[in-house]
Amino acid sequence: MTATKLLQIDKLSKSFADNQVLKSIDLNVAAGEVVSVIGPSGSGKTTLLRCVNFLEVYDGGSIQIDGREVGYVDATSRKRRGEVDLAGMRAETGMVFQSFNLFPHLTAEQNVMLGLRRVRKKPAAEAREIARHWLSRVGLAHKTDALPSELSGGQQQRVGIARAVAMDPKILLLDEITSALDPELVNEVLDVVRQLAVDGMTMLMVTHEIAFARDASHRIVFMADGLVSAQGTPDALMAEVASNERLRNFLSRFSATAH
Amino acid sequence: MDAIIYSLPFLMNGLGITLLVSAIVVALSLVVGVLLGIGLIYGPWPLRWLIRLLSDCIRGIPILVLIFVVYYGLPPLGLNLSSFWAAVLALTVFKSAHVIEYVRGAVTSIPRGQMEAGMAIGLIFPQRLRYVIFPQAMRRFLPPWLNGVTDAVKGSALVSLLGVVDLMQAINQVIGRTYEPLPLYILGALMYFAINYSLSTLSKVLERRYSYIRE
Repeated sequence: MTATKLLQIDKLSKSFADNQVLKSIDLNVAAGEVVSVIGPSGSGKTTLLRCVNFLEVYDGGSIQIDGREVGYVDATSRKRRGEVDLAGMRAETGMVFQSFNLFPHLTAEQNVMLGLRRVRKKPAAEAREIARHWLSRVGLAHKTDALPSELSGGQQQRVGIARAVAMDPKILLLDEITSALDPELVNEVLDVVRQLAVDGMTMLMVTHEIAFARDASHRIVFMADGLVSAQGTPDALMAEVASNERLRNFLSRFSATAH
Repeated sequence: MDAIIYSLPFLMNGLGITLLVSAIVVALSLVVGVLLGIGLIYGPWPLRWLIRLLSDCIRGIPILVLIFVVYYGLPPLGLNLSSFWAAVLALTVFKSAHVIEYVRGAVTSIPRGQMEAGMAIGLIFPQRLRYVIFPQAMRRFLPPWLNGVTDAVKGSALVSLLGVVDLMQAINQVIGRTYEPLPLYILGALMYFAINYSLSTLSKVLERRYSYIRE
């Protein structure tokens, strides 16, 4: 066994009624690593990501961040953590959503400030400073006072990223963050993610942007039917295409439809 | 004309009681209704079931029946309320059931992703309600609720049936002395109208103030 990874997922399983979405997932992410999860729809990618910050309650197995069990007091007793404890753990994992989920009644700056003020308990002036810093890092220094409804999809998603990273999370979870965007807005968002990767942010992302995943991640995980079907460095994964039929089918279908 | 001038001090006293009853009912039902509404949406299933049953039953009973039940029905069970407080209790129970539904409608209209975004940045449940859900739900809550406030003012006229001297009862008493029903009823109607018209104007102003929130 190697040293404990930042994120360690063992034998994770999850069902919705009769449908077992995650069968037995083993997945680790080391600090500073960028891992992409790809796979056909319905393969459980998004569910996996949502389990990592306990937006989805998982049934079996274990998820640990920095050695602490996510959602439960420990892996064996399955006693659920209290609300405050759970919120504290969630604050350690940033999440960026497919549909942005910005707070529509708050300006860009207030969206980023909310967690800093109410969770990190920072004074308003400091929270505002951090919010402005991150908004300018995502190229939105001029939009701090804009409401989400006044921003384009790409701009909204960049606020979503700023809101997540401003909390200084141990790991950033990105859930198909460009899927809801018009094609011409995708790159401005991916550029921000690329820069975060360069800066050493630990990231686990579910994506349909295969080219981006190849070029920005240290490792790609291919999921199919609730299992990890293949994983490795982008090059190693592509080398597996010959021997893994599901991966081959997925990638060929993908390049046929997406380009 | 004389009758009207003679009646004014009595009507003003009555109006005071009408406003007092309405204000107490509106304030209490807001607190009770919001708490039970939140219980109905987020509570464990036995609580949700109980609140649903309560709300459906109360809304299915005429308000007048409710008033008589509280005033005449509770004393044998050991709860003796003055006519004023019996009326306030009955109207509050009735109004609360409606507030529960306004809250449910407003809160469940907020997309699920909002709660999740609040969870993801580490807000605890009461913080998510206060900073994320309520400010957005306000826009949908206010119009029906303010409409309900005008209903409460109008509905408060029923307390006259228990002998509480509100505006309605004051009018009846003055008519009993002056035998001039029409001008006095018209005057009373105008007073109710003045209150409710100001309320609905306020409601429009508030609606506009919250209209900037778009999903």
